Amino acid sequence: MTTEILYFAWVREKIGTGAETLDLPAGLATVADLVAWLAGRSPGHAEAFADPTRLRAALDQNFVALDAPLGRPREVAIFPPVTGG
Amino acid sequence: MIAVMVDPTPIDIGAEYAAIAVDGAGGIATFAGLVRADDGVTALTLEHYPGATEAALVALAEAAAARWALSAARITHRVGRMVPGDTVVFVATAARHRAAALEACAFLIDRLKTDAPFWKKETLAGAERWVEPRDSDDAAAARWRP
Repeated sequence: MTTEILYFAWVREKIGTGAETLDLPAGLATVADLVAWLAGRSPGHAEAFADPTRLRAALDQNFVALDAPLGRPREVAIFPPVTGG
Repeated sequence: MIAVMVDPTPIDIGAEYAAIAVDGAGGIATFAGLVRADDGVTALTLEHYPGATEAALVALAEAAAARWALSAARITHRVGRMVPGDTVVFVATAARHRAAALEACAFLIDRLKTDAPFWKKETLAGAERWVEPRDSDDAAAARWRP
């Protein structure tokens, strides 16, 4: 099963793409585990994910903490803290 | 009646107001947020998370409608590239009385800054920088905890 990974704002810019469709390995227990695994994909990923305290995430469009269980989402989004309004 | 819109076209405040000024409202409160030219900013670009953004705004509007017994709530947020003076966001609430409309409008603008997935990028002196979140925005949102 593949998972759609979405990136926004400077996370998207550092990685160089707004979306990737990936086969996730077994053993990723939390969102933070996924972020650590993604960081190994390229220097851009490593730079984007260097400081997890600057990251926020959503699983199937529900906002979660990075220590939340990953489960088997169809869509994961990783992005900086929001700045709208 | 709840209506949310996220769109790159300029916000028509007259049309927004007309849409909420319907029968039954005794008081309507509105808020417009405009692009400022702080530090020589020449453009502001808003990015968002399509789908999740609209869902977050609907959830906020529903929460406000229930808490303050609103007859209507509208949130219109522009995305894409804007220049100083452009309207970024327009919030309107309608209720029987002014206190409910005013409080609900303040709640919506405070909470959408922290709860909806938008990101601002400023253009100034030919360079671009992402806007950092502000602690004061978190504090403003937190004061609405029941």
